[in-house]
Amino acid sequence: MRRRFTVASAMVGALALITLAGCTTDPNVTAPTEDAATEEAVEWFDQELYDKQDAERDVVPEGPEDQPWLQYINAEFVDTSQYASTGAKKACFANASISNPWRQTGWITMNQQLQVLQEAGAISEMETRDAQDSDDTQIADIDYFIEEGNCDVFIISPNSTAAMTPAVERACETGKPVIVFDRGVETDCPTTFIHPIGGFAWGIDTAEFLIEELEEGDKVVALRILPGVDVLEQRWAAAEKLFDEAGIDAVDYFTGADPAEIKKIISDELAKGDVQGVWMDAGDGAVAAIEAFEDAGVDYPVMTGEDEMSFLRKWKETGLTGLAPVYSNFQWRTPLLAAQMIFAGQQVPKEWVLPQEPIPAEEVDEYLALNENMPDGHYAKFGGEDLPGYPQVWEDRQMP
Amino acid sequence: MSAVSSDRPSLGRRLADLGRMLVSPRGAVFLLLIVLLVAIALLNPSFAEPGQLIRFVQRVSPVAIVAIGQYFVIVGGEFDLSMGSVVTAQVVIAGNLIGQDDAKSLPVLALMLAFGAFIGLVNGLIVTLLKVPSFIATLGMMLALLGATLYWTGGAATGNPADSFREIGRGGIRDLPVIEILPWSVLVLVIVLAVAIWFARRPFGRTIIALGDNAMTARYSGTRSWWVKTSTFIISALSATLAGVLLVGYAGVHPSVGRGYEFTAITAVVLGGVVLGGGRGWVVAAAAGAFALEALFTLLNFAGVPSTYRDAVQGVIIILAVAYAATTIRARRRGRALETSPGPAPTNDTSPAPVAKEPDPSPDPARPAHIPSTQRADNETKGGS
Repeated sequence: MRRRFTVASAMVGALALITLAGCTTDPNVTAPTEDAATEEAVEWFDQELYDKQDAERDVVPEGPEDQPWLQYINAEFVDTSQYASTGAKKACFANASISNPWRQTGWITMNQQLQVLQEAGAISEMETRDAQDSDDTQIADIDYFIEEGNCDVFIISPNSTAAMTPAVERACETGKPVIVFDRGVETDCPTTFIHPIGGFAWGIDTAEFLIEELEEGDKVVALRILPGVDVLEQRWAAAEKLFDEAGIDAVDYFTGADPAEIKKIISDELAKGDVQGVWMDAGDGAVAAIEAFEDAGVDYPVMTGEDEMSFLRKWKETGLTGLAPVYSNFQWRTPLLAAQMIFAGQQVPKEWVLPQEPIPAEEVDEYLALNENMPDGHYAKFGGEDLPGYPQVWEDRQMP
Repeated sequence: MSAVSSDRPSLGRRLADLGRMLVSPRGAVFLLLIVLLVAIALLNPSFAEPGQLIRFVQRVSPVAIVAIGQYFVIVGGEFDLSMGSVVTAQVVIAGNLIGQDDAKSLPVLALMLAFGAFIGLVNGLIVTLLKVPSFIATLGMMLALLGATLYWTGGAATGNPADSFREIGRGGIRDLPVIEILPWSVLVLVIVLAVAIWFARRPFGRTIIALGDNAMTARYSGTRSWWVKTSTFIISALSATLAGVLLVGYAGVHPSVGRGYEFTAITAVVLGGVVLGGGRGWVVAAAAGAFALEALFTLLNFAGVPSTYRDAVQGVIIILAVAYAATTIRARRRGRALETSPGPAPTNDTSPAPVAKEPDPSPDPARPAHIPSTQRADNETKGGS
């Protein structure tokens, strides 16, 4: 009797397991997906910022024509005469990480730019601390710079927005110029905040492209790196809103940029039904996504990747319909140049919005030719063609 | 097996036995796998097509191979947490050293195997000679390898190796009837599994299990325990290397490939009813555990669980499944045997002295203890039988 009871209870357990799987999953096919989606959208979607970036996409940037890293959109200038002084200055750079190919490419470019400024006598040296994607480490790095760095200017590429705000404020309190770039912080104390137009613009560019190429009811698989990073979340928030409005059936996944994961996701989606489009919030792993279509023996999707060489090459090789959105990598040059301007007493934009233009199909050949020998992890719009060491330094991709 | 069947004299209970087999720790994972596959097929009938199924097997191959490697370590009474990092390191080695040069494929493959064996040897010697608990030793190895890989790559992808090298993970024998393609990975998995089953039945394989069951008796019976243990780590590192080779082909080079594989492998092994702490378990069930896990992930994909809480759903289901396996172990012990051991209690294995009759978390007063016929009458899953 006993034994039968335990067997029975085990069976009940198994059933509970199955029902649990069923309960948590089944309803989501319909309503709750939308619920979750709106929650996310509420959290990351910012209509004001969306409209601002949407408008900035159409503005012709001002500044030197052949130097996009010095161009600016709708700038309000601030006076920096209080910082004007002569002599070479020491820059202290608190970097979030160099743990993805985009940051690595920028980091190389930044160091070549540094060489130029050192030779010009503007910067004496740049001390860098790499926070390795950790908020805590970066806070400690910034505090170290404040206490013992003997810095003339702080350059900060924040790891995350909210967590880094107090540390950036402490840096501002030293009275020395503070330059923030890439991800933002929730304070306007920095002398200048340098960034490309932003995530919403990326989302709008990519979603509009896919919507135009696809038809209502088509399926788009969105491959996202990770949750919680504002520049990435904004890309998806904008794209998701537009897909929704256009009646595109978009489903999103977090991949951690792991190509094995990406391949599984695409294979499963292809097993479920046709996939007409692939949207990515960063190009890392784009090749694995395309290969999944090849392995399944189906037509290539319409796809948005990034200006990473691996995607551009695969795009060209397969001839698929694609777009390479760009999160301007050349922005890594701008902070050091801004420091030079600040010490020269020249005014700089308070919010320095750099141009951000996707690479359309017509321009792929041009960028492929320009970066012919660059490694797969290189970014086409890296903007370092006029720097010393070009192209060898980027081709060898030796991290400084 | 013999101990168990002598326990069941009644012929009329054969059918019940089959049912019990499916809900037993040894069979539970197969039941779970069947349930999951049926659920997937119901959600998405095209999954049941042979072509899709074989693709599924191809995808699971690396995980299953890693789980098979982990099985030997766990059944020998240790853990190997460094497997994921070994996979990552091998993937990066392949990407960086082979490049687009086909001619380098074989030398680099040999180098990777040597490197894998070396890592396993180091792991094993640290555990056996320096007496560092394997949990810590392999955790250290995991971090050391991960750090080295990050240092080498800076944490970002490098280019993929030559297509010829990737063929083994990506390609297969094409133009077959019914299944269209027979991926090389599937063949590799079949071979690895066959070798593992054969190996587990060999005296050496049984020695590993004996060592995990009771290190003291194994030593008294003349086992060179340091070598047996070290060899399990070498096996696991080599299996991780093999998984790395398949993954380079399947996915490509990225420092995130292989991340979390150690836990996937351990979960798969536990799901397969292998007892943590060693001495009990079946290698086929461990491989089936890997299939069940991947089937679960696939089911979540098919069911359209939103990405934001997918991980949470996965975690809960895995805990429930493992708890279920543990419950059936306990239920069987209470039902048939006599040692009222607390839970699946790995510690029980290291102290099999007849003190086992104390605190059960849920003692059953209505059941007077039998006289133990053998100390380990419940040990049906022992020894790859």
